[in-house]
Amino acid sequence: MKENAQRILANPKFQELVQKRSAFAWTLSIAMLVIYFGFILLVAFGKGFLGTPIGSGVTTWGIPVGLFTIISAFILTGIYVHRANGEFDELNRQIMEESK
Amino acid sequence: MRSLVNRVGVAAVAAGALIPASVHAAAVEGPVQKQATNFEAIVMFLVFVLATLGITYWAARRTKSAKDFYAAGGGITGFQNGLAIAGDYMSAASFLGIAGLVYTSGFDGLIFSVGWLVGWPIILFLVAERLRNLGKYTFADVASYRFQQTPMRTMAACGSLATVTFYLIAQMVGAGKLIQLLFGMDYLWAVVIVGVLMIAYVTFGGMLATTWVQIIKAVLLLSGASFMAFAVLAKFGFSPEAMFSTAVQVHPKATGIMAPGALITDPVSAISLGMALMFGTAGLPHILMRFFTVSDAKEARKSVFYATGFIGYFYILTFIIGFGAIVLLLAPDATGAYPFLDAAKLAAAGGKPNPSMIIGGSNMAAIHTAHAVGGDLFFGFISAVAFATILAVVAGLTLAGASAVSHDLYASVIAKGRASEHDEIRVSKITTVVIGIVSIFLGIAFENQNVAFMVGLAFVIAASANFPVLLMSMFWSRMTTRGAVLGGWIGLVSSVSLLIMGPTVWKSVLGNPAALFPYDNPGVFTIPLSFLAIWFFSITDNSKAAQDEREAYKAQYIRSQTGLGAEGASAH
Repeated sequence: MKENAQRILANPKFQELVQKRSAFAWTLSIAMLVIYFGFILLVAFGKGFLGTPIGSGVTTWGIPVGLFTIISAFILTGIYVHRANGEFDELNRQIMEESK
Repeated sequence: MRSLVNRVGVAAVAAGALIPASVHAAAVEGPVQKQATNFEAIVMFLVFVLATLGITYWAARRTKSAKDFYAAGGGITGFQNGLAIAGDYMSAASFLGIAGLVYTSGFDGLIFSVGWLVGWPIILFLVAERLRNLGKYTFADVASYRFQQTPMRTMAACGSLATVTFYLIAQMVGAGKLIQLLFGMDYLWAVVIVGVLMIAYVTFGGMLATTWVQIIKAVLLLSGASFMAFAVLAKFGFSPEAMFSTAVQVHPKATGIMAPGALITDPVSAISLGMALMFGTAGLPHILMRFFTVSDAKEARKSVFYATGFIGYFYILTFIIGFGAIVLLLAPDATGAYPFLDAAKLAAAGGKPNPSMIIGGSNMAAIHTAHAVGGDLFFGFISAVAFATILAVVAGLTLAGASAVSHDLYASVIAKGRASEHDEIRVSKITTVVIGIVSIFLGIAFENQNVAFMVGLAFVIAASANFPVLLMSMFWSRMTTRGAVLGGWIGLVSSVSLLIMGPTVWKSVLGNPAALFPYDNPGVFTIPLSFLAIWFFSITDNSKAAQDEREAYKAQYIRSQTGLGAEGASAH
């Protein structure tokens, strides 16, 4: 186990995996934080905008903005799972294979 | 924030502590209120209870090891676990509470839905796979991975128990109120029944039974809510615009329901609530525990993806159902009557309908809407599902609390790892019975407490006590036992005490003239405080043990990234 760990650490693929995955995870996290706190700040400071009707109807901008936030959460998780379960897991498998 | 709690309270339970006692009595026990015994609902309810007890019997025969008991043997698939997570998360507060909140104030309900959902992507990106790779049964396994076991586990177990208790009281009160209103049963007996059923599910069936009860309930709740939203939209030719314009005509707040209202009064409250909702999710012990029921990191990721989809979809449904409640309950039927509003209150207001006149309080909005769109049988179905929802959430919470005691306190701290698996499970079952009995008493004591406020407390505590330690233990190599333990305790104590000193508890519940702390949600202060304490007490720790802990980060890092040596990884 200890030797395995040393070999993994020395493997350039491990560095590549960690770097790529962390960068990707943090980018998506920041995207989610920006979208969500954008919504919260609109609620706190931009009530006027959220309450403005779209066109001549009664539906306000608040509805699509809220829906967008919900749907974006789902889409961001989808993007991450797609790449992690494909590209990253394959890289991980290779690393584990090479460290045996 | 004050008004936020008021509204949520109104939305989530028939009566909250903030509503004068006389109003409360009228809403829950008054003669007008007495519901005729609903046979459809009782039959549906019995069918569900028998079916789930059957599952428990089946699960009990398959639960042999500690791994079976705590983590369903680690053999749950990503899709199943996604449903179970969604089941854990779609509690009484989210279904009845959000629909009721939308019914009383419109758009404001959406703020809660959004906040409760956006924690999930963060869990996936930063926590889920590391958690799966490092942990065994509880999140304390992960938080204490390279640290001194006794102080870390004691702190983590106390954080878990505090979170679980507040969450549990809320669910018990919600269940009691629901049963009281639906079946015309005494509140006391309703709470006792919930407690006894929950003890049965957890002690006999463990995680396997709890997971399957969650899955079944999630499917029933999602299909029932889909049907309701579909039926509501069908009345308006599937045009949301047509539905909104009718809602604006019949609701006394008119176009006010289409914009953020009095829910959030100042920016500090908005941001504080936002932080607690988002980060609290990643510190809920019963949710974190679910990641140990799947075989590997891949399945853990899939579970979050499915869970986010189900929960997001469900919140969109509750928003439509809330608006359906406005258009169906606040408008007269074909005979010009308002069958879902309290006749005496309506007459007193000169026949002008108002959302507050709803029979049973606004938390019944979704239930009445089911009656309006689907008749008696569907009403029975939704009632039974709402009850099942609470029961399943309560079982998941109890299991998380029991594991904190048996796995963290008993096996690691008291027996110092010398307890046998058998002993550990036995302690866990005893704890379940104790938690069950305690929660029956707390449920009775807190009868008039505000359900969603209690859930809010659980989120603030989880975000301030559990989340910072968990996150830093995985991401920051220089954290030490001293930093983690002090940071965790500071987060726990500061969040609990500021909650008590805030307007709702200090002023409204305890009856003091003014609050000692102006905000109801202290998250914006306590979450950074906990992080700061972890940082400060770690960097100033120069002990030998601290050096060793920093050294040990490398090994933890490799395992968290690759799953090397992870629990259950070899078994599959």
